[in-house]
Amino acid sequence: MLEARSVTIGVARRDLFRDLSLRLAPGKIMGLCGPSGSGKTTLGRVLAGLHPHRAGQILLDGLPIPRKGAHPVQYLAQAPLATMNPRWRVARVLAEAGCPEPDLVAAMSIDPDWLERFPHELSGGQLQRVSILRALTVRPRYLIADEITAPLDPISQARIWKALTDLAASHGIGILAISHDAALLGRIVTSGIEAIGARPA
Amino acid sequence: MLNVENLGIGFSRYTGLLRQEEMTRLSGVSFDLCEGEVLAVIGGSGAGKSLLAHALLGLLPPNATLRGTMSFRGRSMTPYPASLRGRRIALMAQQVSHLDPLARLGAQTRWAARRTGAAKVPDLQTLGLGPETCRLYPGQLSGGMARRALFALAGVGQPDLLIADEPTAGLDPENRDRLLALLQAHAHRGGAVILITHDLMPALPVADRVMILDEGHMCGFESSRDFKGDGMALTSPYAHALWRALPENAFLTDA
Repeated sequence: MLEARSVTIGVARRDLFRDLSLRLAPGKIMGLCGPSGSGKTTLGRVLAGLHPHRAGQILLDGLPIPRKGAHPVQYLAQAPLATMNPRWRVARVLAEAGCPEPDLVAAMSIDPDWLERFPHELSGGQLQRVSILRALTVRPRYLIADEITAPLDPISQARIWKALTDLAASHGIGILAISHDAALLGRIVTSGIEAIGARPA
Repeated sequence: MLNVENLGIGFSRYTGLLRQEEMTRLSGVSFDLCEGEVLAVIGGSGAGKSLLAHALLGLLPPNATLRGTMSFRGRSMTPYPASLRGRRIALMAQQVSHLDPLARLGAQTRWAARRTGAAKVPDLQTLGLGPETCRLYPGQLSGGMARRALFALAGVGQPDLLIADEPTAGLDPENRDRLLALLQAHAHRGGAVILITHDLMPALPVADRVMILDEGHMCGFESSRDFKGDGMALTSPYAHALWRALPENAFLTDA
C-alpha cells in the first residue's frame, strides 16, 4: 500500500494542497484528474520522491520510503525525451537502470532495432515504451503515469495502456494514472478516480 | 486556394565524416483546399504534422529537401514567395515561447500589425481579452488567454489561410471549444484553416475533412461526418483502427 498521509505540498511560496491523503493498493490503477495548475504533476513527483513535501508522511506499507537504492515509486513523464540524455543511444539509456528482463521487453514490444538509435529518432509512442521499460527494470512497486499518452495517437495510447493494465495485474504493480481524459480514465481505472480541486487563492 | 501535389520532405544527415544519407520524413501528401474549408490534419507525435506546416510556410531548415509541388492561388510556391508568409498564409503558433518574453502583449500586437502592413491593430477585446491584458507579458498569460492572443496575432494581416499547430493542446474543454469556434469562424468569413492536432474527437465538429498522417505517410482523407458509430463508413483501414482505438469507442489495439 502506497499512502500519502495528510501531506502539504507547495511550490515556491505557495501551498498547493494542505492535508491531502491518498491510498493506492498494489495491482490497482487509480485515476487522478483536476484542472491545469491544480498540482497533479507536483503530487505525482512528491509520491515518487522527486519533490519535497512540507508536512505529513509518504509511507510504503506503513513505513517511510528507504533513501538507499532505486525508488520503489517510479515517475513516468509526459515527454520522455526530456528525461533521457540526448547523446546516449537507447541501449545506454536502458542500461542505466540495469538489464531489462526479456519478458518485460516483450510486454513493451521493444524492437531490437531501436537500441542503436538516439532517443529523438524514435516516435513518441516508441519512446514512451522505452521509458516505461526503463522504469520497470528497477522493479518498482508503484508507477506514477503523468499524462503519459496525452501527445500520442489513439492506437499507441490503447497499446500502451493494454500493456500497463496487464502488468498491473500480473506483477501487482500499483499505478496512479494522471489524465485530463475522462474517457481514458473510465477505461483503465480499477480503484476509483481522485479529483483534486481548483487552485487555492 | 491551396494545391499540394505529391509533397515529400527528406533530411540529409551525416553518417560518417563525409558520408551522407537522406531520411524521408514525409511522403505522398496531396490535397486541395478551398475557401471556407477547415481541414484537420491528425497524427501522433512524429507523424510529420508540423513538418507539413513548416513546408507551407517556407520554413524548412537548409538540410531539408522538398519534392512535389505546392501552389497558392495558382502561383507556384517554389521558390517561396516572401509576400505569402504572415500575410496570405499565417501560422498560429503552439506556445507563447514563440513570442518575445520581454515585451507586453499590446506592443507585440502593434509590431505584428506594422510588419504585415495592416491598417489597424487587432482588437483583443472581441476575443474576450480585456484592456488590462495588453499590459501583460507572455509569461503572465494563462493557457487559454495565451492561445487567444496567438490567434489574434496570426490574424493581424487578415490571412486567407490560417495554419493552427496544436491550438488546443493542454487546454481544458471550455477553452478548447472556444478556440475551435474562433477557427471555424475564420473559415465562415471566407478563409481556410488547416487544423493540426493529435486530438481527433474535439476536432470533428469544426472540421469538414480529416487528413490522416501516420509516421510521415498520408493515409488518405475522411469526411468528418463518417467518424461515427462503429466507423464502418471510413474508407482507410488506418482511420478505422484509429477510431476504434479511442477510449470513447472500443479501445481496441488489434491494428
